[in-house]
Amino acid sequence: MFEPVLTKNVGNPEALTVKGYRKAGGYEGLTKALTMEPAAIVDEVKKSGLRGRGGAGFPAGMKWGFIGKAKPRYLVCNADESEPGTFKDRLLMEYDPHQLIEGCAICCYAVEANTCYIYIRGEYTKAAAILERAIQEAYEAGILGDSVQGSGFKLDMVVHRGAGAYICGEETGMLESLEGKRGQPRVKPPFPAVVGAFGAPTVINNVETLCNVPHILTRGADWFKGIGTDERNTGPKLYAISGHVERPGTYEHPIGVTFRQLLESAGGMYKGGTLKAFIPGGASAPILPADMIDLKMDFDSVAKAGSMLGSAAVIVMDDTTCLVRSVARLAKFFNHESCGQCTPCREGTNWLELLLKRLEHGEGQESDGKLLLNVCSHIGGNSLCALGDAAIGPVKSLVERFWPEVEQHIREKGCPFPERRYFANGA
Amino acid sequence: MSTLPPAAKAELDEVRKRYPTTEACLLPALHIAQRAWDGWLPDEALAAVAAELELPLSKVYGVVTFYDLYHQKPVGRHRVRVCTNLPCQLRGSGEIMETVQGELGVGEDEVTSDGRCSFIHFECLGSCDTAPMMMINDDYHENLTPSRVRTILKGLK
Repeated sequence: MFEPVLTKNVGNPEALTVKGYRKAGGYEGLTKALTMEPAAIVDEVKKSGLRGRGGAGFPAGMKWGFIGKAKPRYLVCNADESEPGTFKDRLLMEYDPHQLIEGCAICCYAVEANTCYIYIRGEYTKAAAILERAIQEAYEAGILGDSVQGSGFKLDMVVHRGAGAYICGEETGMLESLEGKRGQPRVKPPFPAVVGAFGAPTVINNVETLCNVPHILTRGADWFKGIGTDERNTGPKLYAISGHVERPGTYEHPIGVTFRQLLESAGGMYKGGTLKAFIPGGASAPILPADMIDLKMDFDSVAKAGSMLGSAAVIVMDDTTCLVRSVARLAKFFNHESCGQCTPCREGTNWLELLLKRLEHGEGQESDGKLLLNVCSHIGGNSLCALGDAAIGPVKSLVERFWPEVEQHIREKGCPFPERRYFANGA
Repeated sequence: MSTLPPAAKAELDEVRKRYPTTEACLLPALHIAQRAWDGWLPDEALAAVAAELELPLSKVYGVVTFYDLYHQKPVGRHRVRVCTNLPCQLRGSGEIMETVQGELGVGEDEVTSDGRCSFIHFECLGSCDTAPMMMINDDYHENLTPSRVRTILKGLK
């Protein structure tokens, strides 16, 4: 039986305080880390197989190992969670802020960074306030400050609020924003590990990634590796399920749980509806059809199925859902959020939105499928960051996997799905 | 020359200690200034921030126009931001939008004539498990129905 690891303190208000968090076993990982050589911590995290939980799935230990030699160094915790469908990091910050502080502190010690910025999206005012209070208390308890738990290691932690821009979740866009600029991604190389925040070597990790770290230290890499599908997909994972399910929410499972099990844990389909399709990893991920219900939800299995695990934000759609309307909505999002720096993304995302809206309004043409794929091919791989690639994911899957539904819009000169009314009788 | 009000300046002086460069204080400074100027950033506020941080006004302008949470036009006393992204759309945000529009009698990015509310169509607010939802000022209102929306909006002074 799998016991929750990352969410074990959710619902325990005591965990919001240092005392309560310690009572639940907190800060033991940091205490242990401070007795180890930094390089040994990096090795332990490498051995655990922990992969980034923000979207890309890059091995965290390897990222830490790439850090440049220069000083100062920084850790920037990516708490910009803006991928539509994703709300797991908010839960971690609002219910267990010290778990994140501990993970950040261990990472900083391991890569010899004396400052950690937690870049949190501007809309998360509640989470930011909870984090700031917890950080303040951690300073008072000697966990942060001039000598972390009396070790002589100096660490400052700062909550930095964003101001509403999805692109700032891209790691170099985030660095620009942290430095007080427009959040436009940088040319890579140099990579942030060498030239990151304020020109210094920088590690950037997602909230959930860092929250795993204390547990790897206390329970060991072997324990961590024992959870999950295989040696490339290890550890506990948060899945944020939304859309047409009975109990939308954040669910913790061993990575690699099947989508069917996930759906069951969320109470099944909304009002007993029939599954039509699901998005396995946030708005950027290609849509998968219902017959893939037994897909293992880990990085490699979802990639093999032609989509991506991304942030593990699972959006479920029943058979009353119009996929053209849904993908048009996502296209509008990417058009709005494209930073405008690279022409293929700036112009291409606009065309995708226009073409999809035209189809939804029944003004599409048979040749639009080819045209959409053509626009996608001009965006993909042709811009500095992954936003353009993200924008084409859902569109390509619509054309390639669900073409009959698009065709029906063209043939019937309109959307065959009536707008579903949710709140009848003036609720 | 416009300057930041003393309380805002004191807050910004605290912020400066946290960053190795002055420029990095720009986003926090704009958040502070926006609170000091009733929720939006008139030219006077931008000039005050630029002067305080010794940055070119053009640079401040560039940053302000990039981010959705900074406003360059007057806003209502309450900012009503309704999430319109896919997870909320799947759970009925369309009717929530209609209800807000009907109650306030204004369209996207408009302010009610009494200056009470701004209606803002917003992207995903990271609360898809409680869809449909909206954010009023700093507070999330979740699991909405049209009748709840009407009650909430009527309660705004």
